[in-house]
Amino acid sequence: MIEFKNVSKVYPNGTQGLKDINVTIEKGEFVVIVGLSGAGKSTFLRSINRLHEITSGEIIIDGSSITEAKGRDLRIARRDIGMIFQSFNLVKRSTVLRNVLSGRVGYHSTLRTVLGLFPKEDVNLAFNALERVNIVEKAYTRSDQLSGGQQQRVSIARALAQEAKIILADEPVASLDPLTTKQVMDNLQKINQELGITTVVNLHFIDIARQYATRIIGLQAGEVVFDGPVEEATDERFSEIYGRPLETREDEEVGASANESAE
Amino acid sequence: MNQLNEQKLPKAPSRIKHYLTFILILFLLWGSAYQTGSTFNELIEGFPNMFSVLDEMIPPNWAYFDNIIQAMLDTIRMAVLGTTIGAVIAIPFALFSASNMMKSTWIFYPVRFILNLVRTIPELLLAAIFVAIFGLGPLPGIFALGIFSTGIIAKLTYEAIEGIDKGPLESMTAVGANKIQWITFSVVPQVAAYYVSYVLYSFEINIRAAAILGLVGAGGIGEYYDRTLGFLEYDKVSTIIIFTLVVVLIIDYISTKLRENLL
Amino acid sequence: MSSATRPIKPKKKIYKRWVIYIVLALIYVWALSGVPVEGFKETAGQISKAILSGIFSPDWDYVYLPEGEDLLRGLLDTLAIAILGTFISAFLCIPFAFWAANNMSRIKANAGIGKFFLSFVRTFPELVMALLFIKVVGPGSFAGVLALGLHSIGMLGKLFSEEVENIDLGPSEALKATGARPLQILWFAVFPQVLPGFISYTLYRFEINLRSASVLGIIGAGGIGTPLIFAMQSRDWSRVGIILLGIIVMVTIVDIISGYLRKKIV
Ligand SMILES: Nc1ncnc2c1ncn2[C@@H]1O[C@H](COP(=O)(O)OP(=O)(O)O)[C@@H](O)[C@H]1O
Ligand SMILES: [Mg+2]
Repeated sequence: MIEFKNVSKVYPNGTQGLKDINVTIEKGEFVVIVGLSGAGKSTFLRSINRLHEITSGEIIIDGSSITEAKGRDLRIARRDIGMIFQSFNLVKRSTVLRNVLSGRVGYHSTLRTVLGLFPKEDVNLAFNALERVNIVEKAYTRSDQLSGGQQQRVSIARALAQEAKIILADEPVASLDPLTTKQVMDNLQKINQELGITTVVNLHFIDIARQYATRIIGLQAGEVVFDGPVEEATDERFSEIYGRPLETREDEEVGASANESAE
Repeated sequence: MNQLNEQKLPKAPSRIKHYLTFILILFLLWGSAYQTGSTFNELIEGFPNMFSVLDEMIPPNWAYFDNIIQAMLDTIRMAVLGTTIGAVIAIPFALFSASNMMKSTWIFYPVRFILNLVRTIPELLLAAIFVAIFGLGPLPGIFALGIFSTGIIAKLTYEAIEGIDKGPLESMTAVGANKIQWITFSVVPQVAAYYVSYVLYSFEINIRAAAILGLVGAGGIGEYYDRTLGFLEYDKVSTIIIFTLVVVLIIDYISTKLRENLL
Repeated sequence: MSSATRPIKPKKKIYKRWVIYIVLALIYVWALSGVPVEGFKETAGQISKAILSGIFSPDWDYVYLPEGEDLLRGLLDTLAIAILGTFISAFLCIPFAFWAANNMSRIKANAGIGKFFLSFVRTFPELVMALLFIKVVGPGSFAGVLALGLHSIGMLGKLFSEEVENIDLGPSEALKATGARPLQILWFAVFPQVLPGFISYTLYRFEINLRSASVLGIIGAGGIGTPLIFAMQSRDWSRVGIILLGIIVMVTIVDIISGYLRKKIV
């Protein structure tokens, strides 16, 4: 369970990233955060594992405050939260397996991991994770030889190997084409349903959000402007909130090809 | 799902190559330490000496500054003249080494070979030979620097020439230019800035080199190391070192700024 | 077209150009005024001829002498000095490289101090370092190793730090998010990215150090330079010839191998 209590974030330059957020995400939910670019989606997500510090309020994960956690406690809290990035953030020159195993380093001493002495169970976990995202045959391939969609699946495997209880994904499909988008989102959904991992995903596109989410949270200028089940997240409702309908993947595709033909 | 399907797993690639490389490096290091008689013991035994030398170097003998200022000016002169000689000789060498200037491999390969040969000989060695020929003084130093910088400037410049835009070359050929016109109007404008930048770069290197050529009797401030170290006057040695550092850093700074402006 | 409508050459540019010419002219007047013009030694021609004939008829017997102190051993010594010196500096410069990299410390001034320190080390001539190390550990190869090992930190540290500045910080962030410790982040997310660059620069510095190692002997810090300077002092030009030849061949071979390895790594 993730609880936001009166959370605000002001960036050093004065930008209001989050404004008095009060949200509770239950275990096993598949929450999609939507909003225009700059609405504060990334700030919201990164506050949860404290890649960003909040300026006031408190975030509580499974009963203990991550806001207060320091040093070792913070690392242990982060160990339980997997993160997936738009740009994959794999170590390109390392093999797929090594990237997945790097999700395990939080569990062992520095010396042990630096010497590469991962226990057999860890290697098993890594292979299991790779099987789950259907990419086990690439285990010994260098990551930079994979396509974008494959790389994103590897980064999901990294979060799985981590045995995360929560997965945060910041625009995981923004740099992928529609087909691989479907594969990656299906993977996330399957993991959420089969393993009961709480999943919070930032998405740009309302249509994909509706397809996968159990609950949608809409942000605007750092504030929650919509929070409810998919059924309530209708086009009319969003036009009302944002003054225009949110983009869909199809819109973008049409727009992009229109731009191309214009050039 | 927990039990891995063993047949489907890819085989780990062999690591023998890594181990062999590692062993080879260890062997090279051990052999080198053996050959040079390098041991930690010796280093530890030398430690007290090191501190006594450092102790005597501080504070520097500032009064000695007056004795070496003339030699420092000589050093700068040597670098200026040496670089100039190198810059002039480098021009034909660069033109003759560039494969887009000389169509015949019979020309550019031998010229490049000579350049490579020149660059294998350290400037101090050249200076020692010239001292044997011309006697003590700055002249052999200037010649050594001249030849040494020819190697550097010519190599960098011919690489720049090979990288130039082909268009202007062809248009000059098309208007029926002779070889000299062809070079002046299509090659020179494209590489002049690079060439000047390489000359400045070589000047930076030459200043450093000129400061030590005196060790073999080829003029400049280097001669003073012999005089002072011979009498164990470490406070004077540190004056020379500091003076040299300051001059080199100032010249580096000016030269770098000029180069930034050029390119 | 009337000439009045033609653009005139910008004045400021002409100005700047003339200032540059005048400054250059002054520098040359000053530089040339300080050079002694008294002619060459009258023996110069003779000696040049002797050296040339020595170089073209090298003393092949010197290549290998059973009782030692021959060319091969001198070259081997030189190679060993360069290998060990380069390795020491490649190892020692790593912490300095991270210190001097802009993206590794929150405070920008911190990296600035690191950069300044490295450029200080780089400017301190290796031969002078060797002279000082001779006073510390006595004359011989070890002094040469230490001098190269210390001096090369300057340049390698700078090149390494630029490599560190160019890394993608994404993987580090991803590792931080898994709960990794700082050293684990360094090992798993940073090192794999910088290692090829580090190795390539180390090889490049090795090429430079081999040249340096072949002159260290001139001041008594081991390697082939010592027999070379002796041969010069005793005007044994055919021995000078064979030693020069040996240096050229060794440096060329090492350049080729090192260049090949560097190409393969990148
Ligand atoms: N490091 C930062 N410093 C200052 N302002 C920032 C920083 N990061 C994001 N912002 C600002 O905070 C707001 C929310 O950004 P973000 O959370 O990245 O939005 P989203 O992910 O929804 O596009 C934006 O106005 C953005 O410009
Ligand atoms: Mg974002």
